[in-house]
Amino acid sequence: MATKQHSGENGTVASRPREQWSGQLGFILSAIGSAVGLGNIWRFPGVAYENGGGAFLIPYLIALVTAGIPILFLDYAIGHRFRGSAPTAFRRLGGKAGKWLESLGWFQVWICIVIAVYYAAVVAWAASYFTFSFDLRWGDDTAGFFVNEFLQTSDAGFSSQFVPAVLIPLVLVWVAVLAVLGSGIAKGVQRANVIFLPLLVVAFLILVVRALFLDGAMTGLDALFTPDFSALGDPSVWIAAYSQIFFSLSIAFGIMITYSSYRSRKANVTAPALVVAFANSSFEIIAGIGVFATLGYFAFQQGVGVDELEGITGVGLSFITFPAIVSQMPGGPLFGALFFGSLVMAGFTSLLSVLQVVSSAFQDKFGITARQASIRVGSALAIVSVLLFSTTTGLITLDTVDQWANNIGIVVAAIASTILVIWVFRKGPELAGHLNAVSTFKVGPIWQILVGVLAPVVLLYMLIQRVIVLVTEGYEGYPLWYLAVAGWGTVAVILIGAITMTALRWKHDPDDFTAWPSTQALKELKK
Amino acid sequence: MSGIAITFFLVAAVLVWGGLIASIIFLARKPQLDVYPEGSELVSDDD
Repeated sequence: MATKQHSGENGTVASRPREQWSGQLGFILSAIGSAVGLGNIWRFPGVAYENGGGAFLIPYLIALVTAGIPILFLDYAIGHRFRGSAPTAFRRLGGKAGKWLESLGWFQVWICIVIAVYYAAVVAWAASYFTFSFDLRWGDDTAGFFVNEFLQTSDAGFSSQFVPAVLIPLVLVWVAVLAVLGSGIAKGVQRANVIFLPLLVVAFLILVVRALFLDGAMTGLDALFTPDFSALGDPSVWIAAYSQIFFSLSIAFGIMITYSSYRSRKANVTAPALVVAFANSSFEIIAGIGVFATLGYFAFQQGVGVDELEGITGVGLSFITFPAIVSQMPGGPLFGALFFGSLVMAGFTSLLSVLQVVSSAFQDKFGITARQASIRVGSALAIVSVLLFSTTTGLITLDTVDQWANNIGIVVAAIASTILVIWVFRKGPELAGHLNAVSTFKVGPIWQILVGVLAPVVLLYMLIQRVIVLVTEGYEGYPLWYLAVAGWGTVAVILIGAITMTALRWKHDPDDFTAWPSTQALKELKK
Repeated sequence: MSGIAITFFLVAAVLVWGGLIASIIFLARKPQLDVYPEGSELVSDDD
């Protein structure tokens, strides 16, 4: 690989050309692989059902068009124009007056670090359950098996008692993901997505078709799609829709900035983004059909209504309710294998993207290769992951850290990036010009209004509401000291990590960079 | 399934899956620009 010489902060150093996706399709599949994750399968169906059923689709689609796609465009524009990991891109965006903006990038990287260490554990659980499916090892008491037998869960705290059944698959997940990550963008991340994403779609479609022919399936779909129009007058339903779109699209925590930075300078940016956004929502609709057709069967078997079922979202749906259904179903082992295999593939490709944010940032800052980042940084994260999430307190720690990292960390990062980019640094016109200069789908002034006004207002409302609930009501009845350490402590770790990393010296000068098209060229294009 | 549930399923399918198909067709027809801004000749595809 060719290198170029330039003068950096530490004198003349050699830097490598930025890696690239092998083409448009590879990028699109990888971006979809990142967006389609566990949340698409286990979160969307339950959230839609609990927030108005069919009527939820109205705020959901409005949220997609007014916030999801606009913020996705913003992330792509920043990464593509400033061609670097989140810290590099934000630093370059800030220019001479805003080198401190790098810390916003590191804030996003540290969110990814936190998410990666627990997300790997969920992928490991799913991988274990994939093997359990073949002999229905969970037996009749699926909740007892998951909480007591498999995870051996103890009270909230920090245990040093490891659970081998979790530890071993967790180590294997880390070995696999770091091997892919170390192989680089085209030969590692892209290749994994090109294999796993089509496999995921095929496996899940087989599952959905099977589910549709189960007794009670139509009752389940009736429950999912029958609209409750009164829900549209409830602000919490709209917030649920914006939250679902926001968390599902992998936006505002560095992933899409990083992924778009590996595209060629002349690459079309907005049109592939539309494909990614609609593909993500398309998978959510498919997941809704598959999950609720299956829940309809379960309700039919129990002789109850779908509205009487418990555990229809998240960990409960996947590791307690679904195994119970699989046990009762003809051909259950195959159905279980398809479901947990889908979870593994969806989780693995999303985990890859989260870790790529971390790897890319360390590569940029310290001038190391993908392989070095994978071994040095990835191994450190793997150790933390094993120490925290393969013990008897892993489930409770995961639940708490996830709550704070997502609802506080990512939302703060999104508010900060929209306000700083649009209002403080006033980069809206430049980024809109960049998108229009290289893309076939053009954005107008409305894009800046959506990103600069609507998005921060909705996100701020979400944040304030969540902080009030967490402060006044706590979370899941866990002790306050524990929430202070594992919850608010997580936010503190992200903040301190961001400040510390910003303070460290760069191996190569990140400011030795020229954006293309030039701002002058963008102004002329606008005339 | 009730009529209203089927209607909402169809609306979701048309808008979301239709949006996916439309965006794929749009991208296939216009994969990239014909003309790029000033300085494009100095920017290599692999830069």
